[in-house]
Amino acid sequence: MTRTKFLALGAMALLVAAAMAAASPARAADIEVKIDNFTFNPQQITVNAGDTVIWVNHDDIPHTVTSKTMAFRSKAMDTDDKFSFTFATPGKFDYFCSLHPHMTGTIVVEAK
Amino acid sequence: MTTHDHGDGPSRRRVLECMTWAGTGVLWTISGGVPHSLGLVDEAKASEAMAADAKGLTFLQISDSHMGFDKPANPNAKGTLEEAIARIKAIPQKPAFMIHTGDITHLSKVSEFDDAEKIISQAKLDVHYVPGEHDIIDPDIKLYKERYGRGTKGPGYYSFDANGVHFMGLVNVANLKGGGMGSLGEEQLKWVEDDLKGKSASTPIVVFAHIPLWTLYPQWGWGTEDSAQALATLKRFGSVTVLNGHIHQVMQKVEGNVTFHTARSTAFPQPAPGAAPSPGPMKVPDDKLRSMLGTASVTFKQGEQRLAIIDTPLQS
Repeated sequence: MTRTKFLALGAMALLVAAAMAAASPARAADIEVKIDNFTFNPQQITVNAGDTVIWVNHDDIPHTVTSKTMAFRSKAMDTDDKFSFTFATPGKFDYFCSLHPHMTGTIVVEAK
Repeated sequence: MTTHDHGDGPSRRRVLECMTWAGTGVLWTISGGVPHSLGLVDEAKASEAMAADAKGLTFLQISDSHMGFDKPANPNAKGTLEEAIARIKAIPQKPAFMIHTGDITHLSKVSEFDDAEKIISQAKLDVHYVPGEHDIIDPDIKLYKERYGRGTKGPGYYSFDANGVHFMGLVNVANLKGGGMGSLGEEQLKWVEDDLKGKSASTPIVVFAHIPLWTLYPQWGWGTEDSAQALATLKRFGSVTVLNGHIHQVMQKVEGNVTFHTARSTAFPQPAPGAAPSPGPMKVPDDKLRSMLGTASVTFKQGEQRLAIIDTPLQS
């Protein structure tokens, strides 16, 4: 394959992707928050309404993801356990680990 | 566990009860509001028990057993708890009882509570528990309360008397708020006040709870945000000993009449405050592990303000 053809193909792929995105604006993303060394990482993230946040515990100690308003609440997650929550409505969601409450995080959900 | 509070010289009263029952051939103790029979005894044994009363009181503290923990910091937390209990069994002078300052289990699983019970009961001592955050993971704290919380208040606090010493088991791991540390909560603080009402200032007090009741290292949540209020209530007492776990290492502080002390875990060590990016299980060389795990023994002698606390590692 020549370089020109390759670039052309790449450009076409981009166009197709853009067209698909335009056709289905509701396509939601999965965003990962790592739990590491007793911290939520990133500690604050901004997502779009409809996106799903997946927390993964990388510590050798169980943690929870507990919303301050109880909008969402995980069970205790052992090492490598995951918890996910889909944020349907815009707003600012503060959460913490109910076992180690000095661990805090925030999800900001923006309307699309 | 119940919250009996005898108030009126419990040591003497307990001896009297012992005598009464000894007369019928069964020795009962009411230590900690847990009446239990020591079985058929003769008068010699009864008087032995009374002599022990007169000498003072020695009890043991174990903490942070974390049954179910199997990560690299100690793949065999069950084995090291067994070692600790074997050492307790080998103590020539039988301690009066044990306290367990929480994190009995790692994940509040039934099997973990079962394992803990099977091993700890081999010490053949009464055990007074308070929960750690790892013991109340299930909603409603059902599993812990079913086993250890009978007769306790709220999430599991209570008091009892032994040899003239007033013991208070507090819970500072329930209903924690985001951004905070350990917490006792309004209801329990009120109970602490009520429980101490009418007690003479010369009554030695032992308070035990999972998370340290002094602010040891807030960056890691090592403290109890509303402990100052409880300590203010305890201020008028001449001898206060505060025993905690949670941080898996020995730390001691004396402030006025109050001695604060944390015990080792039998499961895994944790870093010294600030010595690592975060708290949590710390992997040390295999031959060092047992020097960082262990138990504590606490002795109270009548007329002495400070209780003698001896921390014993599994291996020195």
